[in-house]
Amino acid sequence: MITFVLNGELVQADDPSMTLLDFLRLKQGLTGTKEGCNEGDCGACTVELAGFEEGALKHRAVNACILLLGQIQGKSATTVEALDGAHPVQQALVAHHGSQCGFCTPGIVMALKTAQREGRQDYEDVLAGNLCRCTGYAPILRAAKAAAEVPVPKGPDEAALMAGLSEGGLTDVDEFATWYAQNPDATLVGGATEVGLMLTKELKQPPKLAFLNRIPALQNIGHEIGGMRIGSGVLLARLRGLMAGKHPQFGEMLRRFGSVQVRNSATLGGNIANGSPIADTPPPLIALGASLTLRKGAARREVLLEDFYLSYGVQDRQAGEFIENVFIPAQEDTLGVYKISKRFDQDISALCGAFNIGVSAGVVRRASIAFGGMAATPKRAKAVERALIGQPWNEKTIAKAQLAFAADYTPISDQRGSAQYRLILAQNLLKRYYLEQTGAGRVRVVGGVA
Amino acid sequence: MSASKSTPHDSGPAHVSGAARYVDDYPLPESCVHLAFGLSEMAHADFSLDLAAMRAAKGVVDVLVAADLPGINDVSPSVHDEPLLAVGTVHYIGQPMFLVVADSHLNARRAARLGKVEYTEKTPLVTLDQAIEADSTFGEPLSFAIGDAEGALAKAPQRLSGEVEIGGQEHFYLEGQAAYALPEEGDIRVVSSTQHPSEIQHKVAEALNLPFHAVRVETRRMGGGFGGKESQGNALAVACAVVARRLNRPAKMRYDREDDMLITGKRHDFRISYQVGFAPNGRIESVIFEHFVKCGWALDLSHPVADRAMLHADNTYHLPNARITSHRLRTNTQSNTAYRGFGGPQGILGIERVIEHIADALGLDPLAVRQVNFYRAKGDLTPYHMQVEDSISQELVEKLAQSADYEPRRAQIAAFNAASPVIKRGISLVPVKFGISFTLTHLNQAGALVHVYSDGSVQLNHGGTEMGQGLNTKVAQVAASVFGLGVEAIKITATDTGKVPNTSATAASSGADLNGMACKDACEKIKARLVAFAREKWGGEVRFGDGQVQVGTRSMRFAELAAQAYMARVPLSATGFYKTPKISWDRQKGKGRPFLYFAYGAAISEVELDTLTGENRIIRTDILHDVGNSLNPALDIGQIEGAFVQGAGWLTIEELRWDDDGRLLTSAPATYKIPCASDTPDMLNVALWDGANLEKTIYRSKAVGEPPFVHGMSVFFALADAVAAAGGDRHFDAPATAERLLMALNK
Repeated sequence: MITFVLNGELVQADDPSMTLLDFLRLKQGLTGTKEGCNEGDCGACTVELAGFEEGALKHRAVNACILLLGQIQGKSATTVEALDGAHPVQQALVAHHGSQCGFCTPGIVMALKTAQREGRQDYEDVLAGNLCRCTGYAPILRAAKAAAEVPVPKGPDEAALMAGLSEGGLTDVDEFATWYAQNPDATLVGGATEVGLMLTKELKQPPKLAFLNRIPALQNIGHEIGGMRIGSGVLLARLRGLMAGKHPQFGEMLRRFGSVQVRNSATLGGNIANGSPIADTPPPLIALGASLTLRKGAARREVLLEDFYLSYGVQDRQAGEFIENVFIPAQEDTLGVYKISKRFDQDISALCGAFNIGVSAGVVRRASIAFGGMAATPKRAKAVERALIGQPWNEKTIAKAQLAFAADYTPISDQRGSAQYRLILAQNLLKRYYLEQTGAGRVRVVGGVA
Repeated sequence: MSASKSTPHDSGPAHVSGAARYVDDYPLPESCVHLAFGLSEMAHADFSLDLAAMRAAKGVVDVLVAADLPGINDVSPSVHDEPLLAVGTVHYIGQPMFLVVADSHLNARRAARLGKVEYTEKTPLVTLDQAIEADSTFGEPLSFAIGDAEGALAKAPQRLSGEVEIGGQEHFYLEGQAAYALPEEGDIRVVSSTQHPSEIQHKVAEALNLPFHAVRVETRRMGGGFGGKESQGNALAVACAVVARRLNRPAKMRYDREDDMLITGKRHDFRISYQVGFAPNGRIESVIFEHFVKCGWALDLSHPVADRAMLHADNTYHLPNARITSHRLRTNTQSNTAYRGFGGPQGILGIERVIEHIADALGLDPLAVRQVNFYRAKGDLTPYHMQVEDSISQELVEKLAQSADYEPRRAQIAAFNAASPVIKRGISLVPVKFGISFTLTHLNQAGALVHVYSDGSVQLNHGGTEMGQGLNTKVAQVAASVFGLGVEAIKITATDTGKVPNTSATAASSGADLNGMACKDACEKIKARLVAFAREKWGGEVRFGDGQVQVGTRSMRFAELAAQAYMARVPLSATGFYKTPKISWDRQKGKGRPFLYFAYGAAISEVELDTLTGENRIIRTDILHDVGNSLNPALDIGQIEGAFVQGAGWLTIEELRWDDDGRLLTSAPATYKIPCASDTPDMLNVALWDGANLEKTIYRSKAVGEPPFVHGMSVFFALADAVAAAGGDRHFDAPATAERLLMALNK
């Protein structure tokens, strides 16, 4: 039985694999939350979810369509119905003609409402996960700015309501490790941004689900000598904050990873373990020399992330084994990360390239370059690295090294880009990196890190 | 007067609170069944079905194949070539083959995948080239001409030829297709997310062998339509009606997003080839266009769409000699359908490419070539022999170029580009002239039904549908204006075939023009009765305003007059009707006046292009648009802003891709990308042209739904300008994805 707070009242549900959206619409009759795509790409189902993070109550906008009830045990969900129509965001949207057909509107209300509570004013990012086909967004952005001028209304005391509720199920990482070793056929649910699709699109019904967000230990972030250890359950939203300070271009890439709603659900471990060749965190992590702690029962082992990916869909992870944490070695920041997609925000990459090149006295001393979208797995560009190391850091070297990409990668053509396009991009991104590192002025139209 | 005020959308408060109901939001009885189609996995094949496993699946109540249908197996809006369920042969991947009825939406979807299908594959025609090669067409090509196109081309001082491919577009209405049906004592009631309730009524009646009067269709609102709900809702409504009657239970169907994108038609992809002859100043002397239109597997609305493309092959330009020929190709892909602009934008892109090509050849600013070709204010003939009587392109473009500093910014951009090796900027001004009226003349009619109750409140119904555009608000403003009331005194109810019959689709931007006039007619009938009654009872002049009625020297509330009129047995209900005057059109001859008037506008966009990746941004867009005397400036500006972004999306990031087998690869929002908030210009200035419609439309306003969609083209040609600035080939195809731009840069 799942127990959580819904619009200020305790509710119970029995099927942990049911999506919150279906629960709202079919079981509670709360039809204000809309189904636009049923895959986390349109934001019409946005609700606010509150939970304790590092001891404090934190509110996050999430997509209810791919959020499973098992993930919100003990948390507090707020839907558009909880607002009385007088919320500053609602009033501003009416006054600024921010709704036309109105179908995306409840999701936009909840995205902006949560942003207002959190004091965010980066509205284009806040709304990157909310598609509107009618307005062209201009009146919605006007409304968002107007609403920011109005004080945040007080809601119910969610902390008090949640006080008696447990996380439920397996919450201790050691107990979980034992259980998973014995139940290797279970489907691990990090943020369900992938598993959710398995349920809503592939219509699969996995017999056993394990909800990792209930395990606090997987959300730890440890600063150690020699680097940073990040729990596999850490949300990408938190990772973005962490990386913005250490490796700003990684942080900037994460700004464009999915959307606010997706980053508020998806976890670092999920993005890595899923093994997609177009996952966006592996290229920069590989370029940074990151390694994984894999755990099965009590046994742990360390694997370099670049060695984790064996072939398409196959990773170096045994049955019953899970990623406990990711270690990023401390280093000088020379990381460049470039995500290329058809649309800037909330789009799956055609490719994502990461460059980590060290130069001293005008000569390349170290180079670690990794790409997603160029091979069957996230993969290093070792031929390019070889063409750089020991060479003078100049345009001639770059031009020569660009040619080596063809030795490293034989990309495929698909709906996100042709093989030829991908190869030219990879070559040009090395040039972009060179121009950025050598201070040649603006070389990108979005997200340049000064 | 209520009309001309920026009244907010009447559903605004319900939208923001989640109270606004869409088809899927209505509570239905527990007995309601849910439907899903089983879809073809082959683009062209004969098939046989084994549905035993499905019938036994969890929650399944019934399964229907074509043979189970009680009436006509057709959901086409035109020529009865589109079966609800395929018979023997499938014609595209995504075609409905059978219908699953289950106790829940999820169980119906799950069961639909259990159908065992045996296919005998035939060769599919997926691309335009394959269809051309196989001569797979819907009828003979249509052609019309003015002057001596071939002769003038041969004599022209300079000549060019070229070709442009134009991609289609997925509607991506946020609310997917949905309908439900309730059995009612032998009759049937359907609630549908449709732009065309009357057509749903007709298709349901045909499918059930019922007269139209036994089928009632209601539409409260759609969560977006854009043309995608003009005919594409037929299948769901008919399926629900058939099942509701068969089982005597309520039946509901909504497409999951991916099913929606696989099943339904989209904007037509075009190839336009051209030959143009012109003078050294860029003046076009003759142009010959060939349109190749990808219609998909069934006809749907392809003929009128392709016709409208031909009718917009001139855009704002006078073409003294021209021939336009249109080939309508049949392919094994989704049956393309209406989409905002209805072929007009594709036709316009053809002539705008010609203009750009001429400017490029002559080394002129494309704006100069545009200006030298504009229609004069009146007197010039279009290629379809209609006299243009209302052209304002020249003044409008001059005003916009001034207010947006086009010339100084051109110079600034040149300076920027000279100093910036990687990032290049570009700018473009694209005008629009868009013909207003259905080209099928009989569709230009509308009805309304107005009731004044004895408490003075007014209930209004009209044949138009609300899909977000604010039609109901505008029509309510019309009623409020006639009665001198505030708009809050008017209630508009769901569109209902039982209230206003024989309606046309809410399409062709015609909603306010037609229904506003019909509403005015109805309101004026009632008003005339009230005036006659008041005159007779109290004497003197009768005037309405501010909720009051002035009768001679006495003043009373409108409500009081209504109550008195009721007591005196004055009928307080009326129907209204409107038909568009002046229009006539012979599409075979290519002659006539298909449009009552034209709506005009222009947009200037400036973009920034990364020459290493093809990534780009819109820095600034300025739009000046002609809505005549605006019925509601806020709603009109909302239409313009939204249409611009949708148009820019069509020509930049929105890319439909099929594989060689005919499978749509971009069948979900994960792969098909519509613009999001950050894809809009950093600066967007929209202004309304100050001038009334010369024609006697509703309060001299102009239609606004489709014309501003063309403003997105300014982004496409600004990108061409930036590509040219980097030394690339500016004549690339649409959409201008980052990939296509990078390839054009490297060409």
